[in-house]
Amino acid sequence: MTPSRVQEPAIRVQGLKKNFKDLEVLRGVDFDVARGSIFALLGSNGAGKTTLVRILSTLLNGDAGTVSVNGFDVAAKPAKVRESFSLTGQFAAVDDILTGRENLVLVARLRHLDNPGAIADDLLDRFSLKEAGGRKVATYSGGMRRRLDIAMSLIGDPPIIFLDEPTTGLDPQARIEVWEAVQELAAAGTTVLLTTQYLEEAEHLADRIAILHEGRIIVNGTLTELKQLLPPAKVEYVEKQPSLEDVFLALVGDNGENINAGATSKER
Amino acid sequence: MTAYFFEDTAVLTGRSLRHITRSLDTIITTAITPIAIMLLFVYVFGGAIDTGSASYVNYLLPGILLITIASGVSYTAYRLFMDTKSGIFERFQSLPIARSGVLWAHVLTSVLSSMISVTIVVGVALLMGFRSGAGVLAWLAAAGILVLFTLALTWLAVIPGLTAKSVDGASAFAYPLIFLPFISSSFVPTDSMPGPVRAFAENQPVTAIVNTIRDLFAGQPVGTDIWIALAWSAGILIVAHVFAVITYRRKIV
Repeated sequence: MTPSRVQEPAIRVQGLKKNFKDLEVLRGVDFDVARGSIFALLGSNGAGKTTLVRILSTLLNGDAGTVSVNGFDVAAKPAKVRESFSLTGQFAAVDDILTGRENLVLVARLRHLDNPGAIADDLLDRFSLKEAGGRKVATYSGGMRRRLDIAMSLIGDPPIIFLDEPTTGLDPQARIEVWEAVQELAAAGTTVLLTTQYLEEAEHLADRIAILHEGRIIVNGTLTELKQLLPPAKVEYVEKQPSLEDVFLALVGDNGENINAGATSKER
Repeated sequence: MTAYFFEDTAVLTGRSLRHITRSLDTIITTAITPIAIMLLFVYVFGGAIDTGSASYVNYLLPGILLITIASGVSYTAYRLFMDTKSGIFERFQSLPIARSGVLWAHVLTSVLSSMISVTIVVGVALLMGFRSGAGVLAWLAAAGILVLFTLALTWLAVIPGLTAKSVDGASAFAYPLIFLPFISSSFVPTDSMPGPVRAFAENQPVTAIVNTIRDLFAGQPVGTDIWIALAWSAGILIVAHVFAVITYRRKIV
């Protein structure tokens, strides 16, 4: 890896356009994602988030503009791009008929790594799936499937991870588990691009937030910068009530650790 | 990247073979319909059918094997469809692998599972009195023709597997294929059929393939039918392969 590559942004999107027949889904999208950061792409349903992720993942071609991932152009060097990232799509892409462990071994072997069995066991351990590892994935809960899905994406330690709506459809505990996994990844230096329609998810996780609206990035900045777009805060006195989430997590328990993770907001 | 073609294909084939060994019902379902048809024709209708051959089960088996293969490949379309729907297909496409390996794995699995079903059906036919005077070479030739036919139908099955909008749509293409042996020399000699039906039966691929395999099983010299059988199978294989690959390229960018 040349030094210049390291200084380049992990992801660079310039003037990206994509139409589906008459429907303009992306109308000129520009943004950069710095290495080792968490970048949240926020947008409502149909804003074009998934289309953008599919183009970044070499699953779809853009109509105009340039996209590079890890310094490689997605159109010119798709094979190099595929070695650089890992995708966790909107729906858990796991094999229901295989066991959790077999799913992990499968991806490790497809990434041509040594010791696929050891890699699988290590990830099962990290994602609290050790006991379930020998069971068919068809028997897993939604949260377990998502954890396995993310674990499969980490195999081979790709420098960049795309997470397309990773917490859609998950219960609060499973969502916190996903958040923790994302934070661990970023702490270890992985660049994370995640899409979400949950504002608090972007607020909680991201170093930078971009809002994709009707096929364009309408704002892009840190949380503080985005807040400055609105008039200064007024001081109001509000009785501090526990949120329903606090109540739910306190009652359901989940060994206390996650309650803290959920209640403490991330300071950056 | 293509350096890993064989390795990736082997890994992915291992995966889809597990799907088969974990849900043996697909192999059993594939074998049961042809076995039921065979039982029905040998023990119910067969007595009234004059084929000019001493044993009706000997006459019938080649056509039954083609029905077995046609119903087997409908599961290939089904498995491919399920992969594209579940998102695992996109996961494979986003990995640094030889992308065509994904398709080849399904094709190899299709051939292997069809051959297992064919073996089961031949086993049942033996219990029902099927006997062959064929030598090793004739058996190998018959097996080769069946594999070629399976490959041809498998590449055909890839197209609906990749493009279907529903599970039913993915496997529906197989119904006409399963029906084709009925209008051929599989069940009754074609000279008993009325003019246009006979013309169709004698000029469609199944008749040439069935006649060839029947001669091989009987230990008799094969006529020109073997060349017609090979030409049909190879022709279908090449055309289906080209269209399947075009469909695949469109799908994966």
